[in-house]
Formats: sequence, structure tokens, C-alpha cells
Amino acid sequence: MSEAFLKIENLTKNFGQFTALRNISLEVFEGEFVCFLGPSGCGKTTLLRAIAGLDIQTQGSIAQAGEDISVLPPAERDFGIVFQSYALFPNLSVEKNVAYGLESRRAHRNEVSQRVAELLALVDLADQTKKYPAQLSGGQQQRVALARALATSPGLLLLDEPLSALDAKVRAHLRMEIKELQRRLAVTTIMVTHDQEEALTMADRIVVMNHGVIEQIGTPQEIYASPASQFVADFIGTMNFISARTASAGKCVLEDLEIAVDTSGLEAGQPVQLAIRPEDVQLGADDALEDQSQARGTIESLEYLGAFVRATVELDQSGARVQADLSTGDIDQFALRPQSSVAVTFPAEKIRLYSLDA
Amino acid sequence: MAGASYLSGTRGSPLRRKSSSDDRAMRLFILVIAIYLVIALAFPLYVMFSKSLENSQGGFVGLQNYLEYFNTPSLVYSIQNSLFIGFVTTCITVTIAFVLAYALTRSRMPGKPVFKTIAMIPILVPSLLPGIALIYLFGRQGLINELLFGHEIYGPIGIVIAEVFFTLPHALIIIITALSIADARLYEAATALRASRPRIFFTVTLPGVRYGLISAAFVVFTLSVTDFGAPKVIGGDFNVLATDIYKQVIGQQNFEMGAVVSMVLLLPAGLAFVVDRIVQKKQVALLSARAVPLEPLPNKRFDSLMLVYSIIISIFILGILGVCQFAALVKFFPYNLSLGFSNYQFDLMDGGGWDSYFNSIEMASYTAVFGTIIVFAGAYLVEKGQGLGPIRGAFQFLAMLPMAIPGLVLGLAYIFFFNSPSNPLNFLYHTMTILVISTITHFYTVSHLTATTALKQMDSQFESVAASLKQPFYRTFLRVTVPVCTPAILDISIYLFVNAMTTVSAVVFLYSPHTTLASVAVLNMDDAGDIAPAAAMGMMIFYTAAGVKILHYLLSRGIESRTQAWRVAVAN
Ligand SMILES: Nc1ncnc2c1ncn2[C@@H]1O[C@H](COP(=O)(O)OP(=O)(O)OP(=O)(O)O)[C@@H](O)[C@H]1O
Ligand SMILES: [Mg+2]
Repeated sequence: MSEAFLKIENLTKNFGQFTALRNISLEVFEGEFVCFLGPSGCGKTTLLRAIAGLDIQTQGSIAQAGEDISVLPPAERDFGIVFQSYALFPNLSVEKNVAYGLESRRAHRNEVSQRVAELLALVDLADQTKKYPAQLSGGQQQRVALARALATSPGLLLLDEPLSALDAKVRAHLRMEIKELQRRLAVTTIMVTHDQEEALTMADRIVVMNHGVIEQIGTPQEIYASPASQFVADFIGTMNFISARTASAGKCVLEDLEIAVDTSGLEAGQPVQLAIRPEDVQLGADDALEDQSQARGTIESLEYLGAFVRATVELDQSGARVQADLSTGDIDQFALRPQSSVAVTFPAEKIRLYSLDA
Repeated sequence: MAGASYLSGTRGSPLRRKSSSDDRAMRLFILVIAIYLVIALAFPLYVMFSKSLENSQGGFVGLQNYLEYFNTPSLVYSIQNSLFIGFVTTCITVTIAFVLAYALTRSRMPGKPVFKTIAMIPILVPSLLPGIALIYLFGRQGLINELLFGHEIYGPIGIVIAEVFFTLPHALIIIITALSIADARLYEAATALRASRPRIFFTVTLPGVRYGLISAAFVVFTLSVTDFGAPKVIGGDFNVLATDIYKQVIGQQNFEMGAVVSMVLLLPAGLAFVVDRIVQKKQVALLSARAVPLEPLPNKRFDSLMLVYSIIISIFILGILGVCQFAALVKFFPYNLSLGFSNYQFDLMDGGGWDSYFNSIEMASYTAVFGTIIVFAGAYLVEKGQGLGPIRGAFQFLAMLPMAIPGLVLGLAYIFFFNSPSNPLNFLYHTMTILVISTITHFYTVSHLTATTALKQMDSQFESVAASLKQPFYRTFLRVTVPVCTPAILDISIYLFVNAMTTVSAVVFLYSPHTTLASVAVLNMDDAGDIAPAAAMGMMIFYTAAGVKILHYLLSRGIESRTQAWRVAVAN
């Protein structure tokens, strides 16, 4: 692959005694949409502010477009930013807000207003130019902030939880809009979010963070299908964790089942957490239970979640609880009710093991 | 893994951001204003302190002057007198102000805005004025001096009444604020528990405003201990620290002893200041936890009681003012009570004549304009500047300090500092400029706090956005910060103007024959026995200050309606 557009190496940020970021290394490629995802307080904003030069890192380097920008002040870097609060200038009209970064560049007046009109059309606000921010809805304000950040055609667009102040419907709509806009302009974008759905739907790659370190970097599919750590597995989507034990290489033991699974990096006889997503767990009628790869369980409850049903099953031998997603068709076919006995299948290729000490 | 990251985390010294041209410009500006404060505040105070350790020839004598001071019973007696005045005034003012604030926030009596406005009037007059009114009311030929039953108004009684008048608005503002942050839910809970009205008052109301009361008490105490106007006019032989400084400096030309008394006067004021700062912090913590505002319920008996009370207080305040106006118009009290404007012929009296009045207006205008610029720019740079941590900290301290420095002390310090022949700034002595500088400095703290509060309410990301758009800081300052903060900027300029009109203490040592001021003219005419013209000049100050206040009100209303399209956002 070509040289990275943004290259962060061994970045550490301390606030006094507290280490907010520890040894972060990361590459972002030109035109990419990257999300920083993680629980509150994990350091996402801190990392974004370091990239912007607003709060400089304690150690480590940042290079953008081949230039070392580690210690440059924000004004000497090339980025546009949208904050959670939008920080629109309240006393300036929509038009003036968007033009704010353009005016003093000695640009011709006509050019400026043309560019502003173009940007406002881009974010679908061409008819709101004379209004003040206070007279706009949250979603509209958000789009003005976006237009203002894009006005100077920055090489890098930074978004700090740009959607979190909006209600669910507007959020879902703007998600698509921002993504579409980003694709069209091909501007390299980093967005901070703690909403995994947002990250999964918008990002080309996701950087999952926890306690100031990067847990995993990957495409949404990679992150979802093969979480690199128990934290990621737990944080993204829903995951069953069941106590198990490795047997000989390539095998693990759950209940009295022996399941063929990738055990690389694990010793034999080690206690592990077996992780599997509810949609990968298969339930069948109890009478089919001849197969060695099935465990016997009892349905504890069925929860209707619209398109599918989530069953909570108690495994008979160990008492462990497992969630399994079923279609309504499955329910009818096997006549599943609470207290029904079922056969539970754990497809080996969907299983991931995490050692307990991790 | 953990070991490796630990090592890399401690390697080398932390990175420092390269300074941008904005950073450098802001540092330069903040340095300039910090140097201003050092010259206008720190150096003079330091020089005064060292003077208190010198003899009149300038030789170092250690604590000699202090020993002499404490061995002169007449001087030491003043400490006791000052504390007595401060204590009694504090008890009376805080009580009166609390009940009035309670009436204004917790009753449904009619006319609240009127009563509140009347209660603010004392801010608009020099503290000399209530003394003059008291002389007309209770002096030897006073209108109603029988009411004193043979007691003498000249002395503690007169001083305390005048100080109560003078300090009431200050206490009232603080207590109203404290009472209005109450959480209605506490009252609902107490009522649901069937607590009686008095019980609610003692278990919910009083604890809720305790910081406000403490803060008000210290403010009133400081004001009344350091005030010079009232004891000067109506103190008679009852000496207090403030009049002692004046007498030592003006009467006996004993500057060193003046410095010693100043140092003594700094103690109670400084202590009150420290306590007030601590309490204010706690009050702010209460404020941020505010919840549902309280809506008082109508209660006929209580509301009428509060109404009668508010009327009595208003009569007291308007009465004092009315008597002054009466004094100003009466031809020759008490022998010829016909009215006229002969007392307004200031040019016929000592004190600088009408020129003093116009000088005052000039001085107040300069103070308002330059003071607002310096204060607001200073507060902005401290809030938004990057780097220079120690200097910003020192700046904050210097900005808070004037609150603890009585005007007379500051004025005396200026004599020592600026009148020294070796000071290159000596040319400022006896000019309009030095009056403006001392007045700005004297009233710096409250202005600075107003500016800081307004700046803190703005989104802290404005500067970050502007930097990302590569806009210089001054552009955002002028196009966004200043317009958004216009109400606060107006408040500051009016505050400075009004106080510059009324202050005596900060300027009484510094005026020259060309720069006499109206407030000082009141003092000097009163001193010369021309009490009626003194009252007339005092009323001129009042009308000017009131006019400016009304102008401010109209201007604020105009700005509010012109900018309300976007102000909503700032309020949210
Ligand atoms: N200026 C600061 N001083 C001290 N600690 C700070 C400062 N800024 C952030 N922190 C701490 O650093 C950690 C990371 O903060 P950061 O704001 O980056 O979290 P975040 O991942 O953006 O969280 P959120 O989702 O809540 O916005 C937190 O524990 C926070 O308390
Ligand atoms: Mg954050």
C-alpha cells in the first residue's frame, strides 16, 4: 500500500500522573474514513485533540502528508474540525459562519460567496443562509458546522462525536449524509464516537480503544467477525462468553463436548473464555441430540425483537446461559417454548477463544 | 508489553508546542497588561510598605514607626473605633438587606422592581452625601433632631447610619443572588413533610443562603471599615483608621505614619477579602447544582408585611436623598428656607467650582473607556491565552488584589510611588492620567470578575475552530467575543463610570488644582463649612450617575432587541 497520509507513532499523553494515551501508533490513508471507537474516557477526544494540535501529546510523533507536524500549533496544521457542541459563532449568520475561514484569505468577494453557496448546497442548506445558528434545528446546525469545516478544503476532517447531540432519527439520516459527502469529496476523515453502530456503518476502518490503548484496528467486518481481544468482542455487538478449557491442540472442551477450534497461542488444559455471537448459535429439537457436537439445554425465555427472536438457554450440565438468535420460522418449526428442551450447536468456525488472563 | 510502554512513556522531556504567531502576540499583550498592573498596583504598594519602615529623611528605621504608632493611644484607639463601626454596621445592614432581599424574592408583594431600584440608589452617590443629610436632619439645628433624645449625631451614631445607607445595595445584591438560587424541590419536600413555615425558614432557607450572608457580611464589614466619606463628614471627634490616614497625610504631612496606619487598615480588609474568596467558591458550587427555580405563593398577611417593610426602607433611602436635595436648594438653612439655585454657584466656593464637575465627567469617561478595554482584554488573555502559566497566575492574583486595598491606601501608595523624583513615571503625578489609573485600579476586581464570568460562558471551542480556519485570534476576538460579550462590556463600563464619579478615597490624595473633582469638591466644601453647596454638588453627581444608569438601561434594551435573534443561543 502507498505511504500513509497520517502517521502517528508511539504517542503518549499524560495529564499529570494520569496517562490518558499510552504508546498509540496508527496510520490513516488518504481518503479513508476512520472511526475512533471506545467507551467514555478511553482517550478518543484526547487523541483527536493531539492530532489537531489543540492539546499536544507528551511524547510521540505525528506526520501528515509526509510532514512532521508533532509540535505545530493548530493554525499551522491542515485540518477542519467539527465539535460536539458545533461551536457555531452565535452572532454570525449561517452564511458568515461558513465564510469565516475564507474571507481573510484575500479571496475575491464574489469567489467567497460562490464558494459559500456551493458548500451550503452541498449540505442541503441553500435556503437558510441568512438565519442565525439559534434559529436552526440541531441537525441543521451540525451541517453548518460541517460546511464551515470543509470550506477551506482541508486535507483532514476531524469530527468529535458530531452526531451525539441529535435525536435518533436525525442521527441515522445524517450518518448516511456525512458518509456520502465524505465519499464524494474523498476527504480523509477521522471521527470520534462511542456509538458502535455509527462506527460500523460509517467507517472504512475502526480503531477500537480502551483505557488509553488501541485494542484493535480493522474494517467493520474484521472487528465484528474476529475481535482481537475479549474487550473488543464484548464491546462490539452482543457476544456470549462461556467458560471452557482447551484440550489437545485444535480442540477445546465445553460441557462434555469437544469442539474443533483454533487454539493457536493457547496451551493445552488452559481455562479459556469461549466467545460466540447469538446469531451463530444454532438451536434444534431435542430429539436430534445424537450428534457429538451438540449440548443439551433448556429454554429460559424468548424475547421478541421484531425481525428475530432472542432465546436465552440454560445449558443443562454447567448451568451456563447462552443467547441464541432465531427466526420466527425456527420457533414454529421446532415448537420452541420456555422450558422446552433443545439441542444447542456451536459451529466451530464461529468460535473464538480468549485466554482468561488477557 | 507493559514494561516497554512504561519505558517509552518516561523517555525524554515532554513535548512542547511550537508557538504560533497568535501565541506570541497574545503573550506580548498579556505581558503588557500584567506590567500595567504591576506598575499601577504592586510597585506602589511595595513602596508604601517600605516607607512605613523609614523615617521622614528616608532612612531605614525598622519597626520604629509601628512602635510609635502603638504607643500613641489616640491612634490605637481608632482601631477599636473602626472595628466597632464595622461590626455594628455589618449586623444592621445584613439584617435589613436580608429582610429586603427576602421580600423581593420570596413574596408576591407589588412594586418589586421599584423597591429594588430605590435600594440601589446609594451606589450612585458619594459616601459623603448621607452624612450631609444626617447633619440637616439631626445636627444641632436639624429638622428632627429631637428624635435623638439629646444624643449627638456627630460620632458613631451618624457614621453607622451613613454606612448602613452606603453599604445596603452591596449586601442586597449578594443576598438576592443567594436567595434566588434556591431549589424549589427542597421547599416542596419540606412542605410535603408538613414542616411549619418558621421551621422551613430555619432548616431550608437560612442554610441555603448561609454563604451569601457570610459573603455579604464581609463585604459590608470591609466597606464600612475602609470608608472615609461618612466618618469624615459626620464622625466629629470619633476617629477611625481611614480618617487617621487622611489626617496624618493632609493635616500633619506625616507620610510615614500615614503608611503605618495604611498597613494596619490593610489587615481587616485583607482578611475579609480572603474569607470572602473562599466563601464565593462554595457559593459557586451551590450555583452549578441549581435546579427548579422557586415560585413564591401568595400569602396576604406576609405580602403586606413585606410591602410595609419595603416602603419603610425606601422612605429611608429616598428621605436621605430628598434631604440632600432640599439642602441644596434652600437659600440659608435654617434661617431662610426659600428655595433657589444659589448653592449651585460653585465657582464662588472653594473646591474647584464647576470645573470640578466637568473634570469628574472627563475622568469618569476616560476610566470607563480605557478601564473597560484594559480589564476586558486582560480577562480575555488570561482566559484564552496559551502558555505563560506563572504569569497568568500572577495576573489573576493582581486582578483580585484591588478588592482588598482601600482607596485611601492605594492613593497614598501612589503618592509614594509616582511622586518620587527618581521615578521615570513622575511626570504622571498631578495629571488626569494618574486619577484615571488609580480609579481603574481601585475598581479592577469587580470589573475583571464580570468579564471573566462572561468569557467563561462562551463556548471554549470558538478559539479552536478559528485556529483550524487559520484566523488570527484578534479577528475572532473582535467579530465574535466582543459582540457576544457586549452586555458584560457595557456593565463594566457603566460600573467604572459611576464609581469614578462617586469615589473620593481613591483620588483625594492625587488631584491637583487643575484636576479637582466633583466628589472631592463635596469633601472640601463640607470641610470649609459650605455644606449646602456640598449637598448641591453631591446631587449633581447623583443626577449624572443616575442619568448614565438610565442610558445604560435603554442601551441594553436596544441591544437586546436588536440581537435577540441570536442571543437565545448564548443563553442556552
Ligand atoms: N485536561 C485534562 N486534564 C486531566 N485529565 C484529562 C483532561 N482531559 C481528559 N482527561 C482524562 O483523560 C481521559 C480521556 O479523556 P477523553 O476526553 O479523551 O475521553 P473520551 O474517550 O473522549 O471520552 P468521551 O466519550 O466521554 O468523550 C479521561 O479519563 C479524562 O478524565
Ligand atoms: Mg470525547
